[in-house]
Amino acid sequence: MIESALVGWSRLQFALTAGYHWIFVPLTLGLAVIMAVMESIYVKTGDEFWKRTAKFWMKIFAINFAVGIATGIILEFEFGTNFSNYSWFVGDIFGAPLAIEGIFAFFMEATFFAVMFFGWEKVGKRFHLASTWFTAIGAAISALWILVANSWMQNPVGMDFNPDTVRHEMVDFWAVVLNPVAISKFFHAVFSGWMTGSIFVIGISCWYLLKGRERKFALASIRVAAIVGIVGTLSVMLSGDSSGVQMAKYQPMKLAAAEGLEEGGKGAPFSIVPGVEIPNMLSILATHDIDGYVPGINNILDGYTTPEGEVHLSAEEKMERGKIAIEAFSEYRDSKDSNPEEAAVAREVLEENMEYFGYGYIDSREELVPPVGLVYWAFRVMVGFGSALLLLMMVVLWAERRGRLEKMRWLMWAALLSIPLVYLAGQAGWIVAEVGRQPWVIDGLLPVKAAVSSVSVAAVKTTFFLFVAIFTLFLAIEIRIMIKAIKEGPKVDVE
Amino acid sequence: MIKAIKAIYHFYAEGFRNMTWGRTLWWLILLKVIILFVVLRGFFFKPTLAGKSEKERIEYVGNQLVTKQ
Repeated sequence: MIESALVGWSRLQFALTAGYHWIFVPLTLGLAVIMAVMESIYVKTGDEFWKRTAKFWMKIFAINFAVGIATGIILEFEFGTNFSNYSWFVGDIFGAPLAIEGIFAFFMEATFFAVMFFGWEKVGKRFHLASTWFTAIGAAISALWILVANSWMQNPVGMDFNPDTVRHEMVDFWAVVLNPVAISKFFHAVFSGWMTGSIFVIGISCWYLLKGRERKFALASIRVAAIVGIVGTLSVMLSGDSSGVQMAKYQPMKLAAAEGLEEGGKGAPFSIVPGVEIPNMLSILATHDIDGYVPGINNILDGYTTPEGEVHLSAEEKMERGKIAIEAFSEYRDSKDSNPEEAAVAREVLEENMEYFGYGYIDSREELVPPVGLVYWAFRVMVGFGSALLLLMMVVLWAERRGRLEKMRWLMWAALLSIPLVYLAGQAGWIVAEVGRQPWVIDGLLPVKAAVSSVSVAAVKTTFFLFVAIFTLFLAIEIRIMIKAIKEGPKVDVE
Repeated sequence: MIKAIKAIYHFYAEGFRNMTWGRTLWWLILLKVIILFVVLRGFFFKPTLAGKSEKERIEYVGNQLVTKQ
């Protein structure tokens, strides 16, 4: 009972911190590109209007960046305190990408970020523009390393477990970096940031139009943001398609949960909402084949064989193999100094069953199923809001090009009210990715209950509520400063 | 070389000096860093494996993995 409460609170605390961190990251990724495009137009045309437009969005970028900065560090604190078993067990696989990210982000930010803000009158136009683009590229590359680390947890590759150090050791750096899950996740996350930045800029610009202010600035911002947003959202869809195929291949339980698919098979249907399905659509999305085989939750638990003859063990068989692996690990530790021959045999058994190591901690097959309702609806919120926002951006761009936008007040209101929706879509995406992979911290190798440290539930609860208070305070401060900056306005329409 | 370092120093110093609204943000960052590293890290998030030697860490996590089964 105590352990289950500890696992629950540790998980909830991590989810809260990660969710809070993800409020700031997508806007940083998206706004950086939008302001870089605006500055590019300024450099190309020499029109000071574009310089002032870019500078206003840079100000908003800086506010978001200042409040968002270092919120990711808290996640690393939690690794060390609440997930110490995990932190040790993953070894340098997780540490290396995070270290690269930390060093890289620091140098990129300390140089290009500073030039971008301090260098307007001190460096040449082109050098300044390059700095703005490098800030945008640096933010995306920072995200890459975080997502490489995250993707390794979803699809562990390029490592070997060393029972002497109780750590995973990297044997193939490029397999870790070029993990197919990491590639899809990187593009999916970064382009979703473009979408967030675009909806944000369009929404705020529509507010100016509704107030009858900053007309030229607002329309120009809408034009740039809508184009970036449409390109970003289409790319989110493409990378989402690739993510779906990988989910089917590497994490079929997550896909089955996202679809609420109990019994799978060939030509699986896609559920739009409960009771409304598109025949064969899930097979097309998951395998790019109209009759492709997609296993359901029960198939995965019972064990199944794909039409290509690939055998997947049942939950009980995997749990048995996992227990053998842990037993062999224990025997190896006990005998490695006293009886090398027995240790060698134990190590061989461990290596044969290592793939299922984490299943040894699972007590019942039900534990292997993530919360289906939450994952199912989060997926629909992500896809539904994403599609609706794409349509909105297309209509806004069309109306702006035709000179009709200012007459369509309902559309401007819809754009303004869409700002929270794009954040909800982003958070829902992470719920699909992270709740969908439960009970695993590292897929197949370590469940959350084995990853948590032996700390008191009260300590985790205390820090959870402390975070709620701190996060709420900082978010309120950010929103206040941002609203003040927006109300003050860009002051670029005074010509 | 020294000239270049001086130029970089003046670039940053002048940038910080001329900030208007940016000062509020820097105070905000400073406040956050203090809360994160002094309060949270100092009092609430002491690494579980801190103070243990490499051998003790291996022993500790190994035992955890075996006993949690």
